[in-house]
Amino acid sequence: MSNYLPVLLVFVISILVAGAILILSRFVGKGRPNPDKLAPYECGVEPVGNARERQSVKFYMVAMVFLLFDIEAVFLLPWAVVFRGVLKSDVYSPLKYIFYGEMMVFVVVLFVGLIYVWRKGILEWNR
Amino acid sequence: MRGETILFVVFAVLALVTALNVLVQRNPLYSALSLIGTLASLSAVYMTLRAQFIAAVQIVVYAGAIMVLFVFVIMLLNVPKDQPQVEKQKGLRYLAIPFAGLLIAETFTVLQRLPARSMPPLPASGGDQAVGTTWSIGTALFTDYLLPFEVTSVLILMAVVGAMVLARREND
Amino acid sequence: MTALLLEWTIKIAVLLGVLMTAVAYLTLLERKFMSWIQLRVGPDRVGYWGLLQPVADGIKMIFKEDIIPLEANRAVYLAAPAIALIAALMSMIVIPYGSQVNVFGRVIDLHVTRMNVGVLYVLALTSLGVYGFVLAGWASNNKYSLLGGLRSSAQMISYELAFGLSMVSVLLYTGTLDLASIAEGQSGWYGLKWNTVQFPLMFVFVVFYIAALAETNRTPFDLPEADSELVAGYHTEYSSMKFVMFQVAEYLNLITSSSIATTLFLGGWNGPFVDRFPLLGLVYFGVKVLALILLAMWIRYTVPRFRYDQLMRFGWKVLLPIAIINIVITATILLLRS
Repeated sequence: MSNYLPVLLVFVISILVAGAILILSRFVGKGRPNPDKLAPYECGVEPVGNARERQSVKFYMVAMVFLLFDIEAVFLLPWAVVFRGVLKSDVYSPLKYIFYGEMMVFVVVLFVGLIYVWRKGILEWNR
Repeated sequence: MRGETILFVVFAVLALVTALNVLVQRNPLYSALSLIGTLASLSAVYMTLRAQFIAAVQIVVYAGAIMVLFVFVIMLLNVPKDQPQVEKQKGLRYLAIPFAGLLIAETFTVLQRLPARSMPPLPASGGDQAVGTTWSIGTALFTDYLLPFEVTSVLILMAVVGAMVLARREND
Repeated sequence: MTALLLEWTIKIAVLLGVLMTAVAYLTLLERKFMSWIQLRVGPDRVGYWGLLQPVADGIKMIFKEDIIPLEANRAVYLAAPAIALIAALMSMIVIPYGSQVNVFGRVIDLHVTRMNVGVLYVLALTSLGVYGFVLAGWASNNKYSLLGGLRSSAQMISYELAFGLSMVSVLLYTGTLDLASIAEGQSGWYGLKWNTVQFPLMFVFVVFYIAALAETNRTPFDLPEADSELVAGYHTEYSSMKFVMFQVAEYLNLITSSSIATTLFLGGWNGPFVDRFPLLGLVYFGVKVLALILLAMWIRYTVPRFRYDQLMRFGWKVLLPIAIINIVITATILLLRS
């Protein structure tokens, strides 16, 4: 258990490094601000319109499909890790075909989901 | 106090603070970021309970996928800052107090019913009996909890179809 | 406990130093390699053979003016490159750089820590790294930054699935999530135990590598940040050291992905005579990681950029099904062999 403490340690050290870089940047790179430099950059022309406009719903759909397949991946992970152990262990190896079959059912159901999303055209980015 | 208890207290307090911050912030994106902090603190709490697999999965799925969805939606909708909050029904805020009181009373009742001794001892790290390790989760998921697992796949399929139907209706 | 804490701190400090120097010199390597492929010489004015170029670039970047756009969301604007950098740095602790050395009678493992969920930790950090880019795009208050940030993060999450699922195939073979054990499991037999040589896994290596290139936003997948598109994407409004942080995070991600690929597929630190001279493990590891990085750079200078819709289509319709089918095939092979 104690071998997870370095995560905390490296987190703290990384925050210190990032903070040091930001502070360095603030004090060493002191500038002479003028309104042109502070305005949003649009290839040298005057900025047109507000940056906070509505974006396309495509991003939402990509994130949604990603979420669902991420959950599938998370279910696949413990299965994959124990699979070989199950094949070898004495306790579980009579069940090995069932073990394999269960996950194949899961993968097939989710593959159907992928095909549905595919056929509906969600994965086409330039509708 | 053992080190694990100290860490647990620290991360539990952090989880509470970030959770409160979700409510307090006016900008929805800041609320979402606080929620990410809450989920990360919860993951650390899982870690102190020796459930390392669940802690990592919490970050991968919750903080890394679900909150990304939230953040995308907040950025897609782009609520402008100048819209004042219009309260449609003023009476509701007076209804909130008795309901909150009811919730607190229920929580106290439940907590009082717990046995007087402390939590059962944590499972020893390593070994097959440990709960929350990958081996135990993997085997339990496909033996004892097989039906919920297969139902989950159908549930995910339903979620895919539902989300696509809802999102596309506005497009077509 | 304090001895352990000291050991960790020293290892992390050493790793930090090595990685930062590596990132700095990778910029030089990139430019030199690009120049050779394009039949020119590359930077060679600053220092002998251009070796002081990264130092000069670093000093220049520090002294550049630090501009924060007026309407930008200041807290998130400053936090975003920090998030990207922290997520990139935190993955160095699980990677096994070697087996064990014996220093003054104390056995030191050549990795900072041995997590029994090492692979998941890497996956978690990749997921968290997405926030750096999407928040940078939003906080800059520039519509091109926002669009670039959203596109960049949409790309990253699309390829993250192929990234994770190709690792699942490897996990079917190794039976453990611990990266150090995975590296140890590939030792012996003169390289025939490396995971790339095992039958179904050689294709997964290709899938993993392509997904890693897309994750790190390298060409041919770098449309959201390419110079001629969307200005510079999510890092348009960043100047001076904040921009450097993004570049450092990008190169660190490249190094990390190559290190994970080496550990999972190419046998990590294994090589001839590594059991007699453990420090050779470091050398072999470095050589393999460098080879993968050079491959990434070579691809960058040879292949044209994907258009964004081609990119998304490739990730969802090609890589993801291949990764899933590969899992099925690997599991079937393992089942039939038992």
